[in-house]
Amino acid sequence: MNWRAVFAIVRKDLKVVLQNKGVIIPIIAVPLILFGLLPWLSVFVPSMVNIGGADMEELTAMIANMPAGLRDELAPYSIEQQTIVFFLVYMLAPMFLIIPLMVASVIAADSFAGERERRTLEALLYTPTTDRELFIAKLLSAWLPAIVVALAGFILYAVMANAAAWPVMGQIFFPNLMWVVMTLWVVPAAAGLGLSSMVLVSARAQGFQDAYQTGGMIVLPVLLLVFGQISGVMYFSVWVVLLLGLVLWGIDAVLIWFGSRTFRRGRLIARL
Amino acid sequence: MSTAIINAENLTRRFGDTIAVNSLDLEVRSGEVFGFLGHNGAGKTTTVRLFNGVLEPHEGSMRVLGLDPISDGPALRARSGVLTESASLDNRLTARDNLLIYADLFGVSRDKVTSRVAELLELFELSQHADARVATYSTGMRQRLALARTLLHDPEILFLDEPTAGLDPVAARQVDELIASLSQEKGRTVFLCTHNLVEAQKLCDRVAVLEHGRLVAQGTPVELARQYVRRLDLQIETAPEHLDLALNILSDASSLIRGLPRRTNGSLTLTITGRESIPDLLTLLVNQGVRVYRLAANEPSLEDVYFALHGEKEKDQ
Repeated sequence: MNWRAVFAIVRKDLKVVLQNKGVIIPIIAVPLILFGLLPWLSVFVPSMVNIGGADMEELTAMIANMPAGLRDELAPYSIEQQTIVFFLVYMLAPMFLIIPLMVASVIAADSFAGERERRTLEALLYTPTTDRELFIAKLLSAWLPAIVVALAGFILYAVMANAAAWPVMGQIFFPNLMWVVMTLWVVPAAAGLGLSSMVLVSARAQGFQDAYQTGGMIVLPVLLLVFGQISGVMYFSVWVVLLLGLVLWGIDAVLIWFGSRTFRRGRLIARL
Repeated sequence: MSTAIINAENLTRRFGDTIAVNSLDLEVRSGEVFGFLGHNGAGKTTTVRLFNGVLEPHEGSMRVLGLDPISDGPALRARSGVLTESASLDNRLTARDNLLIYADLFGVSRDKVTSRVAELLELFELSQHADARVATYSTGMRQRLALARTLLHDPEILFLDEPTAGLDPVAARQVDELIASLSQEKGRTVFLCTHNLVEAQKLCDRVAVLEHGRLVAQGTPVELARQYVRRLDLQIETAPEHLDLALNILSDASSLIRGLPRRTNGSLTLTITGRESIPDLLTLLVNQGVRVYRLAANEPSLEDVYFALHGEKEKDQ
C-alpha cells in the first residue's frame, strides 16, 4: 500500500472540501446548533415547567414509563436533575450520531460525485495509484474529518452540557460510560455508514447535489432511535450502544464491500 | 532501428454496441513523436486509456514500455504522463498545491518535490501565479499547468491530447518546441493526439489516422502523402520569352496534368497527378526548346492526406 499517495489524495480532498461553502457550512453549523445551543435550551425545560406552573408530574410520568435500567440510572438524582440528565444524556444521545453521519456523507458526496462533476477524476486515474489505494484514500477523506468533527462536537457538548446544567446539577455529570463507548465505538461506525452509503449513491448520482440529497436520507434511521427512546421502547444503555456499534460496523463492511466492487478505473472512466 | 515502445495487436474495445477501438494494430518507436489523428469520437482517447491500463480491451494484446497495461497498470503509469483533453485540474487549489499533490502521487523523491515543482512553474511561466487558485487562471495558463503536471515525474512516454488547444500562438509555439525538445534532446516518446494537422506535420515523425475506431493509415507524413494524395502542385519558371510557349505545350499535355496551367507572377502553376510525371513534363518542355529556370513541387501536407483519406472513405460509403 502506497500510503504517501493515499494521504496525498486525502490532503487534496480536504483542501478542496475546505473551499466548498456548501460542505463547510453544514459541517460547522449543525454541531454548533446541536451541541452548543441544545444543552442551554434543555436546561430550561424544568425551569419553564415550574415558571409556567405546568404539570411536572407529566415529565416524571414519562420517566416512570422508561425501561427499568434507565430509571435505575436516574434514581440517584432529584426530580429536577433527572429531567436534565434524561434529556442531555439520553434523549440527545442518538442525535449525536447525526454528526458523523452527516459530515461523512457530505464530504464523501463531494469527494466521489463532486470529483467526477468537476472533471478532476480523470487525472487521478492516470496516476500510479491502484484502485484499492484510490478507494481507501477516498474513504479516509470522508471518515477522518467526520471523526474529528464528532470528537470536537463531543468535547463542545461536554463543556456546554455541564456548564448549562451546573446551577441545577452542581456537579460534572457528563459524559457517562455510555457516551464514551458511543464516541469511541459507534461514532466511527456511523461515519463509516455515512460514507459507505454515499459511495454507492455517488456511483449513480449526476453530481454533488444529487448525491447529497439522495444520501441525506441515511439520517432517517437515527430518528427511529430518537423516537424509540421517547416512546420508552429502548434506551441507550452501554450494552445497547455496544450492540448498535456492532450492527453499524457490520452494515459498513457489507456496503464498503459492494462499494469497492463498483470502484474500478474502467467503470469510473466510462462514466466521465 | 529504434525499439517499439508501444505494440498493439488486434486491440478492440466496445461500449455497448459501439466499437470504440476496432482491431487496432499499432507500433510506436522509442524517441519518436507519433501523431494520432482522427475526428472527435474516432477512438483516440479510448486508445490512450487502453495504453495506460485505465480501460481493459475486449480483444487483442498490447505492451507499453515492455509492460502489460492490464496487469502492470501502476508500474506503467509511474513511467508515463498523460495530458487529458480537459485539463482536469483542481480549480479550488492553487497551482503549487496541484503540483505538490501530484508529485506525491507520482512518487517524486521527497527531497526533490519542492525544487521540481518550482522548476516546472518557472518553465511554464507560472511562478508569479503559483499561489493563486487555478479558478482564476486563463485557459492558456490552465493548459500550461496541466502540461507541467504531466512532466512532474519526467515520464519516459507522454500521451498528449490536444496539448495546444486554447493556447495563443506564442504559447502554442513554446509547447511545440517543448515537445520537439523532449523527443530530440531527452529521447522521450510522445504520443500526440491532435486535430491540429499543421502541428502534427511539424512535430510528428510518424502518424496514424483513426476513423470510427479503425486505423486507416500509418506512416511518415511524406509516405502518407505519396500514398494517398494523387495530385501535386508544381510551379515552373521559364525564360520570360518562353512563358507563352510553355503555357501552350502544357495546355495540350492533358495526360500529364490535371486541369489547365495558370500563369502567376511570371511563372506557371499547374497540378499533376503524381511526382512520376515530373521527368516526362520536363523532357516535353526542354525538347520543344523551352528554357526551364526552376521547377518546384509543393509536397502535399498532412492536411491533404487527411482530407484525401476522408474523401476516400466517403466515396466508399
